Amino acid sequence: MTQVSMTVNGRAVSGDVEGRTLLSEFLREGQRMTGTHVGCDTSQCGACVVHVNGEAVKSCTALALDLEGAEVKTIEGMANADGSLGVIQQAFQDHHGLQCGFCTPGMVMSAAALLKDNPKPSEQEVREYLEGNICRCTGYHNIVKAIMAASGQDVSAIAAE
Amino acid sequence: MPKDSGIGASSKRREDVRFLTGQGRYTDDINLLGQAYVHFLRSDVAHGVLKNVDTSAAAAMPGVVRIFTGADFEGVGGVPCGWQVTDKHGEPMQEPAHPILAQGKVRYVGDAIAAVVADSPEQARDAAEAIMLDIDELPAVVDMKAAVQDGATKVHDDLTSNLCYDWGFVEENKPAVDAAFEAAAHVTTLELVNNRLSPNPMEPRVAVGDYATGTDDSTLYTTSQNPHVIRLLMGAFVLGIPEHKLRVVAPDVGGGFGSKIFHYVEEAFVTFAAKQVKRPVKWTSSRSEAFITDAHGRDHVTKIELALDADNNFTGIRTETYANMGAYLSTFAPSIPTWLHGTLMAGNYKTPNIYVNVKAVFTNTVPVDAYRGAGRPEATFQLERVVDKAARELGVDPIELRRQNFITEFPYATPVAVEYDTGDYEGTMTKLLEMIDRDGFEARRAESAANGKLRGMGVNCYIEACGIAPSALVGQLGARAGLYESATVRVNATGGLVVMTGSHSHGQGHETSFAQVVADMIGIPEDQVEIVHGDTANTPMGMGTYGSRSIAVGGSAMVRATEKIIAKAKKIAAHLMEAAEGDIELKDGAFSVAGTDKSVAWGDVTLAAYVPHNYPLEEIEPGLEETAFYDPNNFTYPAGAYACEVEIDPDTGKVEIMSFAAADDFGNVINPMIVEGQVHGGLAQGIGQALLENVSYDENGQLLSASYMDYTMPRADDVPMFKVDHSSATPCTHNPLGVKGCGEAGAIGSPPSVVNAVVDALQRAGHTDVTHIDMPLTPARVWSAMQN
Repeated sequence: MTQVSMTVNGRAVSGDVEGRTLLSEFLREGQRMTGTHVGCDTSQCGACVVHVNGEAVKSCTALALDLEGAEVKTIEGMANADGSLGVIQQAFQDHHGLQCGFCTPGMVMSAAALLKDNPKPSEQEVREYLEGNICRCTGYHNIVKAIMAASGQDVSAIAAE
Repeated sequence: MPKDSGIGASSKRREDVRFLTGQGRYTDDINLLGQAYVHFLRSDVAHGVLKNVDTSAAAAMPGVVRIFTGADFEGVGGVPCGWQVTDKHGEPMQEPAHPILAQGKVRYVGDAIAAVVADSPEQARDAAEAIMLDIDELPAVVDMKAAVQDGATKVHDDLTSNLCYDWGFVEENKPAVDAAFEAAAHVTTLELVNNRLSPNPMEPRVAVGDYATGTDDSTLYTTSQNPHVIRLLMGAFVLGIPEHKLRVVAPDVGGGFGSKIFHYVEEAFVTFAAKQVKRPVKWTSSRSEAFITDAHGRDHVTKIELALDADNNFTGIRTETYANMGAYLSTFAPSIPTWLHGTLMAGNYKTPNIYVNVKAVFTNTVPVDAYRGAGRPEATFQLERVVDKAARELGVDPIELRRQNFITEFPYATPVAVEYDTGDYEGTMTKLLEMIDRDGFEARRAESAANGKLRGMGVNCYIEACGIAPSALVGQLGARAGLYESATVRVNATGGLVVMTGSHSHGQGHETSFAQVVADMIGIPEDQVEIVHGDTANTPMGMGTYGSRSIAVGGSAMVRATEKIIAKAKKIAAHLMEAAEGDIELKDGAFSVAGTDKSVAWGDVTLAAYVPHNYPLEEIEPGLEETAFYDPNNFTYPAGAYACEVEIDPDTGKVEIMSFAAADDFGNVINPMIVEGQVHGGLAQGIGQALLENVSYDENGQLLSASYMDYTMPRADDVPMFKVDHSSATPCTHNPLGVKGCGEAGAIGSPPSVVNAVVDALQRAGHTDVTHIDMPLTPARVWSAMQN
């Protein structure tokens, strides 16, 4: 066991981990922050996406020990300071971009990373960016719509589909 | 104008806030004090004699609490099957035992052999690797038709063969059906495969068992669509725990699609083991484990024949299907290819003579059971493919051929044992044609051609039987359980209320839509209504959520309970206003006396019920809490018409969905936003089946598609924006909300239009010999079809 320290959602945290402990395990079991989900074991599904030093990372493929001193942001850190839903979260609710909620944390974290790099993505750009995030419930229609709405684009034409 | 609350409003989902902020509570988020972890050692061969399981080295590994093998479960029941099918000779199906851990033999890759309970999941996994197995491998039974040949290796030595049942439906009709074929002017025949799928909810299964030594109470936390069914099956048939000493909790569940209906061995194991080791025991499935343990879906091999007279009227349908059961009978497996498949073979058409034969077969593969649609997609696919093929052979428009044969008068008794209460197939087809600009297709095709692509359009209809199910009917058909639903409405003194429902929500948004119904009935804000589900300790006995039944059956129970509440509240209001009960009206949350200006608010009445100082105690009890159980008297019959346009790259065979339109008749709709979301998700699963997904076994029974790198899940760029409409609606005639259910329609209705569209594109491009390609229509399969 080795101690590792990092910042999660602005809060300094530390814990003893094995060499094989994944960031997803460190967050879920070590920190009891269970918003980050694990939906596969081959880094395909994207339910576990968090931000590490501002970049979207699949936390099931990052070793906790490699992240000494890192700044980590998870779904628990995405709401506004007053506790209200952030812009992307609110767009997901407004446009029914989630059903069972299991892939949702990863979707929101990926969407945030996309919009940081590409503030006005086209529908096709959203779809291609989400290649690493699988949703089984929504058929993606309302996820894509929510992300485009969160970027400030008019989605009323999509609503008419 | 759209409503802003109540029935018919697109109320935003209240459950979203917790899911969007990481505050959901899924089963894997539950850790109990002192919890141990189990890792299952699973068979890596498909079939073999289990000669020895040596756990001695593993037992000495760090952190190991105890190792269980099949020997620990001698005298413990296996997981039961909940439906018995009677074969065409009147004999019961063959029904093998399904032990918690393998005894004597392993029967599929994934069959659990031993279970290591340890202090950490890593220690459990490490120790499982140290267990020494001695297995004499046997030939694997994989191909269904080979499995039922004389002399085939048997999956179960104690059964007479690998044939579970040979079902004829309706057997007495067969001579008339054969005669219709003799007399036919044209017969179209199609042989096809309905590909095997893995349901793949994004949340893998999890089970946590807990045992209280002081009270002898057992608790199971599990990823289930129906916690009461699990409590009944596991308590009564497996572990012998009376229901009052067993609690089953299914908290937030991350999707199910059928795969979380069934009672799995892991649930029984953790409950059993927790009592043995006196610690909570937790199991979390990996995705790889999910592929080899979650029940698969579909897997039919079918020959269908359609007879037509000289005027192109359908006169007969005859089918023969081999349906894979896998190695054991999962909870509802026998009912899927029979009562959820044969009964839908009439589709939307008035075909007078129908005969369905299904041979259910045991193989050395993962058990097969319900997956979104469950039997109805298989019926729809073969019927809508053979109708399309017939239109092509006859040189008639496929839409006109369908229209000509539509059922137009309701109620309609089909020749396959069900009675459609209502429908308007012309209505949904007309709506579909408004949505798809069929006249513009040639121009779009020309544009595709200019880009070197082949374009095609496919259309199909579907019907499904939902709102499962009338208990008396399914009892006659072999169900070993009732299929009613329940609700308790508990009104609080200050007027807010809680509905405890036997239904379960795992993505469907019941906490929002159910509240809309009750709030609308009473005339109070939706936020005054809380929906509680998923815990046998605080919900009435209910059968759970599957078969698009929640609003039609569970919602109806809730309406009945709310009606009882309103009736009692009116008595209280009459007393408070010193008026006759018959004169009391409830509107917008207030009771008034007809023809007067007297009124009392909802909250005044509820307070009086719990503070009964001025109260008719001699006539009615204090309090305001009512329970209702609702058993429907028929299925509901959602139906619709779907259309798909595809482009094919002739150089690669890759199919791209250019547009997809769905016109559904769901009867009345509670929350249009949620209903449309259900359709979107179903469409993506149906398109996934048509183009991408396939569970593949090699001849040794090794699963070749056991991860997301091998099993192609639909991604965001595989599907288009969908056009959906549910305005052509004929309300259900026999439930109080007039609702039909919408959960499965998309997955049932979409595969045939995709395949019809691909065949259309290839035919238009001159590949006239291509009349069918089996799903999934991968680039390799489409390209190969074009080369012949």
